[in-house]
Amino acid sequence: MSETRSTCPYCGVGCGVVIEHDGQQITGVRGDPEHPANFGRLCTKGTNLHLTASPVVLQHQRLREPFKRATRGAAPQALTWDDANREIADRLLAIRATHGPEAIGLYISGQLLTEDYHAFNKLARAVIGTPHIDSNSRLCMSSAVVGYKQSLGADAPPCSYEDIEQADCVLVSGANPAWAHPILFRRLEAARAQRPGHKLIVIDPRRTETAELADLHLQIRPGTDVALCHGLLHAMIRRSWTAPSFIEAHTEGFDALKTLVHDWIPARAAQVCGVPESDIWRAAEWFATSPASLSLYCQGLNQSSSGTAKNTALINLHLATGQIGRAGAGPFSLTGQPNAMGGRESGGMATLLPGHRDPARAGDWAEIARLWGVDAADLPGHRGHTAVEMFEAAARGEIKALWIACTNPAQSMPDQALVRAALERCELVILQEAFAHTATARYADYLLPAATWGEKEGTVTNSERRISRVRAAVPPAGQSRADWRIVRDIALRIDAGLGRAPRLAAQTAEALWLEHREATRGRDLDITGLSWATLDRDGPQQWPYVDGATSRLYTSGRFATDTGRARFIARPYQPPAEDTTAQHPFSLTTSRLRDQWHGMSRSGSVPRLFAHQGRPQVRLHPDDAARRELAEGALVQVRSARGELVLPLQLDQNVATACADIPMHWGEEFIGAQRGVNAVTQGAFCPDSKQPELKFSAVAIEPADLPWRLTACAWVAADQGASLRSHLRALMPHFAYAHCLPEPGPDGLVGWCFEAASAQAPAPERVAALVAALGLDQPEVLRYTDAQRGRLRLLRRAAEGGQAAPLQALLRVGPHDEGAWLLDLWRSRQPAASAGRWLLSPSAPPTHMPTASPQVCNCFDVREDAIRLTLSHCSGSPSERLAQLQAEKRCGTQCGSCLPTLRRLVATTPEEVPA
Amino acid sequence: MKKLKLVMVGNGMAGVRTLEELLRLAPGLYDITVFGAEPHPNYNRILLSPVLAGEQTLDEIILNPLSWYDAHGITLHLGCPVTHIDRVRREVVAADGTTAPYDRLLIATGSTPFVPPVPGKELAGVLAYRDIADTQAMIDAATRYRQAVVIGGGLLGLEAANGLMQRGMQVTVVHLSDTLLERQLDREAGALLRRSLAERGLQFMLGAQTQALLAHDAGPSAGRVRAVQLMDSAGRRVELPADLVVVAAGVRPNTALADAAGLLCQRGIVVTDTLQSVTDPRIYAVGECAAHRGIAYGLVAPLFEQGKVCATHLAQMGIGRYLGSSVSTKLKVTGIDLFSAGDFSGGPGTEEITLSDPHTGVYKKLVIRGDRLVGACLYGDTADGSWYFQLLREGRTIAGIRDQLMFGEAAAGLAQP
Repeated sequence: MSETRSTCPYCGVGCGVVIEHDGQQITGVRGDPEHPANFGRLCTKGTNLHLTASPVVLQHQRLREPFKRATRGAAPQALTWDDANREIADRLLAIRATHGPEAIGLYISGQLLTEDYHAFNKLARAVIGTPHIDSNSRLCMSSAVVGYKQSLGADAPPCSYEDIEQADCVLVSGANPAWAHPILFRRLEAARAQRPGHKLIVIDPRRTETAELADLHLQIRPGTDVALCHGLLHAMIRRSWTAPSFIEAHTEGFDALKTLVHDWIPARAAQVCGVPESDIWRAAEWFATSPASLSLYCQGLNQSSSGTAKNTALINLHLATGQIGRAGAGPFSLTGQPNAMGGRESGGMATLLPGHRDPARAGDWAEIARLWGVDAADLPGHRGHTAVEMFEAAARGEIKALWIACTNPAQSMPDQALVRAALERCELVILQEAFAHTATARYADYLLPAATWGEKEGTVTNSERRISRVRAAVPPAGQSRADWRIVRDIALRIDAGLGRAPRLAAQTAEALWLEHREATRGRDLDITGLSWATLDRDGPQQWPYVDGATSRLYTSGRFATDTGRARFIARPYQPPAEDTTAQHPFSLTTSRLRDQWHGMSRSGSVPRLFAHQGRPQVRLHPDDAARRELAEGALVQVRSARGELVLPLQLDQNVATACADIPMHWGEEFIGAQRGVNAVTQGAFCPDSKQPELKFSAVAIEPADLPWRLTACAWVAADQGASLRSHLRALMPHFAYAHCLPEPGPDGLVGWCFEAASAQAPAPERVAALVAALGLDQPEVLRYTDAQRGRLRLLRRAAEGGQAAPLQALLRVGPHDEGAWLLDLWRSRQPAASAGRWLLSPSAPPTHMPTASPQVCNCFDVREDAIRLTLSHCSGSPSERLAQLQAEKRCGTQCGSCLPTLRRLVATTPEEVPA
Repeated sequence: MKKLKLVMVGNGMAGVRTLEELLRLAPGLYDITVFGAEPHPNYNRILLSPVLAGEQTLDEIILNPLSWYDAHGITLHLGCPVTHIDRVRREVVAADGTTAPYDRLLIATGSTPFVPPVPGKELAGVLAYRDIADTQAMIDAATRYRQAVVIGGGLLGLEAANGLMQRGMQVTVVHLSDTLLERQLDREAGALLRRSLAERGLQFMLGAQTQALLAHDAGPSAGRVRAVQLMDSAGRRVELPADLVVVAAGVRPNTALADAAGLLCQRGIVVTDTLQSVTDPRIYAVGECAAHRGIAYGLVAPLFEQGKVCATHLAQMGIGRYLGSSVSTKLKVTGIDLFSAGDFSGGPGTEEITLSDPHTGVYKKLVIRGDRLVGACLYGDTADGSWYFQLLREGRTIAGIRDQLMFGEAAAGLAQP
């Protein structure tokens, strides 16, 4: 058994992990106790990482060899790497020759390593000669990038994670770290416990678990962040809570901003934002007058048509109060992806060049030409299309070839109608992926298998500018290869085809990194003092690193602007790109689930991660639902001007009225026949950052008239799961609504649950296909059929267990939710015989069956009902009761992701004193 | 006033029930004379199977002891089959020469087992299964012999087979159809029945045609049956060893007497809605020998309904009309619950609802035409049989309770507003 230190491939916290393996197979994972991001902690997703590299996942969910489609829609045929590389190079050369290099676009990912980014960047700009390279970080961080550059002069988060421990006041804006950055949230919780008088302010339209911990939650109307910041600044100026000497010495542009916010009296901001005016005064006072105030922000600010303005409006507050450049103070953008930062550093985006250079500057292009050893005339010399623009160009037919790597635009990009039209129109779509079944894979002419977590060498940079080594523990699955190598091999053929010397010839990831390092020389992110040897010896390091690491920027008060002064940015408040109307009365936001990540291509391979909130839903405030006579669980149609999708309704007090919330994760892989949540979102983007407004779409929510329901589920041996899933998924397009979700089972078993709804009774041949797939065509099956009414119920008990045997497989077809309780029975694996004759009855048993309570603690598999039961006999203060609960059930004692929930359960579950 | 004379030919369940009804309605209206071919007072023929199975005794199944006949002043001739009806003289003549004049004659001669015309049907050890004598012969055979073959997998055959098995014999049921009780059960229920009977130890040759009954040629058993020769479902000739052969291949209405008396008989004595023969209104017929609207019923419930109507007419009330019966079936094999009624086999124009729970051995099929229940076939759980039977007879709409129908009266009650 060996151990290899690497990093977690999920969010931007960049936790260190220790991979346990035998050289061939990853067997376990734990937090790296020496990694300064997490000091040994891992969240739920990280704790289960090794399960994403299980033999079953490697065999059935990974893309294992290169494939090619003869025509779109045809089944992919395997081919050799040699053939794939040659054919792709030839086709790219042909398109380049016919339509010019700008007919080729590359859409890459914040999950790629810095070395991969560098390879792609050279491939695009130096080898192919196209400016059109952008990353899914465009959907994630680009507003933060531009915000930092506009306000502070460079794309450099000035803070460190240790500032979380050193801040007296933390302002979380448009972020839910309790779910999306759990390890940072653990650090925040710990800091609050250590610091009496600590203030936590949360600005969020939703009452998230982060907001529940807050001393003050400003539940603003979606999209009104800039108005709120202007109101806060107005309050600070009015009460003289600003820092005039700092403003005087280190900033510029304050007068213009002061003029702008003059009109933003807190009463007006309160009205626009929908929060009490007194809360604005209080937040302003806490933020401005605390010894050290830190802000943490993420997609709530970034994914907006005024994303940059939101960023700069928040940074304005730091500058006006001098809350920057000191321990515990500063505007701290949390990144969503593990190497969004590395992508920014290596310039792998349309609006960036390597080493934080700018494609709008000819001089920067000249420097890159020199660094790369090419003629500047060979480089495009201007900025290319950003993500949305690139797909728009492809939809117009200007871009003929798209090379997509490590991302899933057919799920994650807004306005899927446009994205899919673009993919369909392209002559050539190359998808370089680790996972085989993403929504985008359907559109690919070539599928190139990429190595992934545990199989790759390189570096990543996390939110606090910390560069960590990513190390390979096991060989790549099947024939998959490191992303940079895939890129290099095709680049070599293109250069050969053009009859010139190789422009991308690196033999190792380290060689690529050294090229990247050279591009930082003399720049704000200079890492020329760093080497892989240093990283191996001293562990992860923060940039800039010339003589040593830098934990905090701008401590001298000198900023990265030409003048050395930070800039106040005076941008008026702009409402979201579209407004709610009578036709589209709800403002829809997209959010994250605690145990899922992005489009779920990785986290969705682990059934355990579906136990917490594992079902696709649209959340609505109960009052809004009541007004429309919509009940919990009802199927509703969510419709925007761009598209629609059908989802089950979840009533949620924590969503504001007139708002709706859909977790971003659900795409066609899990809710088939639909284009996922992004069917309804909009491509409108921030004019500065080009980041699309994924956090605001005006939608209508109406009952979906789909009276026919079908439920099909079965427990099967883990290695049978993939085959069952593919059967079930193949049926999804035949239903107006369908989802297909895994269910974590006991050892060696996996459950798959398919639920569908349609306007008409499903066709008999579909039902017959399901019966066969679920093994429900056997004699021992319990059966109720009324064919003329389209009603069918088939149940098979497990072969072992006698009277205690649980339901093994279940198929029900019928109107509405009749028999829905059977799904809970199946899930719970309770003895089926106990339900007796009700198993086939249209009614539910009078004594309610145990319903599957949500899994709160994923480390120890503790469900909410068990927690409440335990709490009913825990006494004392909330913290004492929590401690008793943890002692008894162990929940929340490992990764801690469930602690916010546990605290809420403590608060809402009274002790039952025996009479 | 001189009493009217009522003569009844046959001393079985249908006839005696008619007398009971009549005595209740019009005691003293008739002088009653009864001729019975068997030497027993009226007994419950249905319970012969439990007697055969050793679960009840003959004494326990007597319905009307001799004292009952005495108490009602009924002249009873037992062991005395009637041989002739003289419709002109209005009297009957019995085998022993007894004659009895009548004003009203009630024929309740029941049915006769049908024995297929196969070679060897007259051999010793070959029995039908109809009366106490047959039952006693089977009980006796079971004490001396080992191998039994029952020809016929209908209700009676299965009850005989089960009884013989209970008495220690190895029993094979030979059945022409490939489904047991095919007139009462659909294939699926038939298969369940076969499985549970097989689990008890019965053996089956289904889809098999009996060709001959073979005898011992010599020895102490010479002339007694030794085997059944048959063609199995695959067309192969098979010999099944048999010391006892019970033929239960159906019954025929016993109409010989009526036929000879010139009464119209078409698969039974043709009777009107008042159970009078269409040929002679003084002569009534009830029970398995009567054909009402083309149907000769073989089950007890319709016969009792006939008896009731017939009694009102005999009592000169003239109010009752018999309009036919829906029939339902149960098998008298302990531990096996099955029920069927109406048109359970479905077909064009009908819809089916089925339920199957192999774990508890329950299978149910309901057949619906329009919004009416027209047939039911229940196996394993017959608790709701009588409710279905009621719905079926009354022809009530089930539109509002269709989805709960399968789950019984209680569930349907919940479904209704």
